[in-house]
Amino acid sequence: MPKLTVDGVEVEVPAGATVLQAIEATGKEVPRFCYHDRLSIAGNCRMCLVEIKPGPPKPAASCAMPAGENMEVFTNSPMVEHARKGVMEMLLINHPLDCPICDQGGECDLQDQAMSYGGGESRYEEMKRAVPDKYMGPLVKTIMTRCIHCTRCVRFIDEIAGVPAIGALGRGGATEISTLEAGIDSELSGNIIDLCPVGALTSRPYEFVARPWELTKTESIDVMDAVGSNIRVDARGPEVLRVLPRLNEDVNEEWISDKTRFAIDGLKRQRLDTPYVRGADGRLKPTSWQAALNVVAEKLKATSPEKVAVIAGDQVDAEAMFAAKSLFEGMGVQSIDCRQDGMKIVPGTPRGGYILNEGLLGIESADRLLLIGADPRREAAVFGARIRKRWLQGGFKVGVIGKIGEQTYPTDTVTMDTAADFLAGASNSMVIVGAGALARVDGAAVLAHARSIATVNDEWCGFGVLHTAASRVAGLDLSFLPGPSGRDVNGIFEGVKSGDVETVFLLGADEIDPQDVKGAFVIYQGAVGDVGAGMADVILPGAAYTEKDGTYVNTEGRAQRAFRAVFPPGEAREDWSIFRALSEVMGAKLPFDDLANLRVQMIEKVPVLGAIDEQNRGEWGDFGQTGPISDEPFISAVQNFYMTCAVSRASPTMAKCVQEFLAVTNKEQDKAHA
Amino acid sequence: MLDLKDRIFTNLYGADTWNLDAAKKRGDWDGTKEIIAKGRDWIVEEMKASGMRGRGGAGFPTGLKWSFMPKNDDGKPRYLVVNADEGEPGTCKDRDIIRNDPHKLVEGCLLAGVGLGATAGYIYIRGEFHNEANILDAAIQEAYDAGLLGKNACGASYDFDLYLHRGAGAYICGEETALIESLEGKKGQPRLKPPFPAMAGLYGRPTTVNNVETIAAAPTILRRGAAWFSSFGRENNAGTKLFCISGHVNTPCNVEESMGITLKELIERHAGGVRGGWDNLLAVIPGGSSTPVLPKHICDTAIMDFDGLREHQSGLGTAAVIVMDKSTDIVKAFARLSYFYMHESCGQCTPCREGFGWVYRVMQRMVTGDARIEEIDMLQQVTKEIEGHTICAHGDGGSWPIQGMIRHFRPELERRIQERLAAARAA
Repeated sequence: MPKLTVDGVEVEVPAGATVLQAIEATGKEVPRFCYHDRLSIAGNCRMCLVEIKPGPPKPAASCAMPAGENMEVFTNSPMVEHARKGVMEMLLINHPLDCPICDQGGECDLQDQAMSYGGGESRYEEMKRAVPDKYMGPLVKTIMTRCIHCTRCVRFIDEIAGVPAIGALGRGGATEISTLEAGIDSELSGNIIDLCPVGALTSRPYEFVARPWELTKTESIDVMDAVGSNIRVDARGPEVLRVLPRLNEDVNEEWISDKTRFAIDGLKRQRLDTPYVRGADGRLKPTSWQAALNVVAEKLKATSPEKVAVIAGDQVDAEAMFAAKSLFEGMGVQSIDCRQDGMKIVPGTPRGGYILNEGLLGIESADRLLLIGADPRREAAVFGARIRKRWLQGGFKVGVIGKIGEQTYPTDTVTMDTAADFLAGASNSMVIVGAGALARVDGAAVLAHARSIATVNDEWCGFGVLHTAASRVAGLDLSFLPGPSGRDVNGIFEGVKSGDVETVFLLGADEIDPQDVKGAFVIYQGAVGDVGAGMADVILPGAAYTEKDGTYVNTEGRAQRAFRAVFPPGEAREDWSIFRALSEVMGAKLPFDDLANLRVQMIEKVPVLGAIDEQNRGEWGDFGQTGPISDEPFISAVQNFYMTCAVSRASPTMAKCVQEFLAVTNKEQDKAHA
Repeated sequence: MLDLKDRIFTNLYGADTWNLDAAKKRGDWDGTKEIIAKGRDWIVEEMKASGMRGRGGAGFPTGLKWSFMPKNDDGKPRYLVVNADEGEPGTCKDRDIIRNDPHKLVEGCLLAGVGLGATAGYIYIRGEFHNEANILDAAIQEAYDAGLLGKNACGASYDFDLYLHRGAGAYICGEETALIESLEGKKGQPRLKPPFPAMAGLYGRPTTVNNVETIAAAPTILRRGAAWFSSFGRENNAGTKLFCISGHVNTPCNVEESMGITLKELIERHAGGVRGGWDNLLAVIPGGSSTPVLPKHICDTAIMDFDGLREHQSGLGTAAVIVMDKSTDIVKAFARLSYFYMHESCGQCTPCREGFGWVYRVMQRMVTGDARIEEIDMLQQVTKEIEGHTICAHGDGGSWPIQGMIRHFRPELERRIQERLAAARAA
């Protein structure tokens, strides 16, 4: 614990801390461009220079200098001021003065620091450098003349995203940051937009859209995967314009996946903004809420409860599921299910059997990881980066059972039979079962096998499930599952075929084959016109995740609250309130009038949903069912990273990404087949 | 004048062949086994006592540098790296050592390796030295074949391997940490210090980087004794040194001389004097292009060693004496040098990457006088904003020549500006 003084103020910092961290510990600001907490230290921008005694009579880069005992650090001496002014002047001489047309304007590190530390006027009268723009794919727009060569993007893509896609070419003033004329094939590439301290890398979809000061910022939770990334939703008026990551060390650090960041333009397409009822001519016709609810109520009343089924989709908030469950269970409906993929986690499974018990952060303490049909890179990109981070620290091995895509760290091929051997000798091993493996017919046997090989003791619970649906854990917590005589998803489909199920209520469930519910009366409640709406007889327009307050529980069992950033379009309503309205029309009013009231009742029934931002191991017990496991290789639940939900399928940006990054693979596949 | 018998590099001019037999006749590889037997500590102490200061330019005491290597042996590799990336403009001493006396270097590597406790040595040779690389490669092979290197080198129960690695033509790869990066197969960009190479160098292991001349002189020093070597030159500036004299002299040459020789004697005795006589001298860059220039009145009395030139705000550097007579367009000469420093900046640090481009562009205008008087001060301030603000010494090395030129030739700069102004007014 070295003790040093910063401008005369004594400070003690942990061993290994840098001078920059010591200065920050005293509450002082250090200007910087290249330094970033989560990246390796480059020390090349030279903005963080400070004077250190004892030492040579020149300033030192505080970001790279280890704090030493009895050091005297000066952050505002004439030497430091001269250095900062000089570096700032150098940074600006070749930086274009195009701030008025730069998307970074208003949130630009260079702008801010030039105001604080710059000289005010430039003495540079020569020609400025111009640099050709580079192609980085459909997400990242480049204006390379603005680049100040901090290499943050290079280091992020290399170290965290784990794909060697960006580098610095050339040297001296001719240095250019470049890709190899190809898009950055990483699920995390959008983060370099946030990292870029200037406007060299900006968001292509957000190009010339808005200024930061025009935006209303709402802190919320992402639902594109089951990580529950903490996000900030920036909106202007009724429009969500961009999504940025929010710091949460335990969940997403400060990264988000490209789908989280860029799929939002899907929120403006194919929206269900008014109720629809299918007319006698087979066409959906817009109608009023009253009329639509009447049709639904009549249908439900006319159908006996055992012939009614409810399926909840992947992005539904806990409140909506609670309201739906209250309504339908009150009617005596037993066939309700939140597992539209047919996942074999059955009612009565203890919580430890369906969450990632040690948490996303837990991977950093693990020394071995076995992935059973899970593809972290595509199913939970941010978690994939955390696994890579662990791997980089060394002493960590990853085994994979099944056919999953390439990860950003080396993996060993393991089979169910050799799984126990692979884990042998590790003290903190982790077994993560993917949603794809659990959705198979033998899912229960996979679950039981994974349980039997996982290390579970008082200090460590090395069993986890990597979900892909943001709503799944909350659904399981709420027991949004078939009652004793109810049918699960596959049972419902069989029932539809045999005529035993007549009415199917789809709550945001879009990943269903229309053939499976053909012949039934389908009621779809959701936000985006996708598969579910296409096969519906009645459409009840709901709110998307940016348009409502809601509770989501991520794959590690952490309940988090999302907040409304904009209002739902047109006649669309928050989902819980639609059930409340329907209950009134049905004549069996649900016992809550507002969200707060609903939450009180929900939390009373399921306390974990009230433990906001808490992550604990789940109760442990028996789960799964031993049985034969098919030799068929496990495949990931996510085959197309860019399109996994109604919103992302409606997104033009995601479509461009598929074209750019996945179409090639298809072509290669065709070639391989031929 | 240095006696012939006191010269270390006896085949500097290639009068004899370079190969092992000839080298042995000249005294190389003589008693190497016995020197190794005296042990690591003895070698380091002897180097310290000799007063040898690094010949690569910075002049850091060699024995002291060697003593920084960790003493405890953890069984893992540690390295000697020889910097043969001789790129400082005006310098050509290492090339002649490798060309005509490579066994001095090879033997030096082994002895330095023992002194450092190194398991292997790497010689990083400038890419343009094609023939020299071939010769050095052959010399290393000869040494291996004769059992002088490799397992049980010289029969002294010491294992030492020596490798040759060719650079690809970047001045910055002569900076020790950039050299290490390049040797590791990465882009040659200097590393942040600390950690210094002695702690974490090549492949993260303790490493010492030395210049060719330093290493090649070591066997002779160890054979003839520290006292012999330190008997030359002045206090703190001991020994003999290779001087590379180029430019406007009658017979440009490399010559080994005692440190502390006066600049005038060096030029007059070994280089045939300045073209057109001493009075035709304009200025001398005394130690390679990075050291500030000296005008004639300083050259009259300047003493050629580290401290002697420091008195005049210059430095010995690599002792590459660049002589310029009165026909020189001094501003144009320094504009060309500033182009070199711009071109060779690695591009990592902001001040060096951006600053040298700025300096070069202003210097181009200074050549024709297309500038304002106050821009001379601005130019000086810009170099001050680069100097000392970068990761490596390239920022310093590129700033000093400009500062030196402004210090001594400001009237010339002003004259050009005023003449141009006058011409513009007249027109």
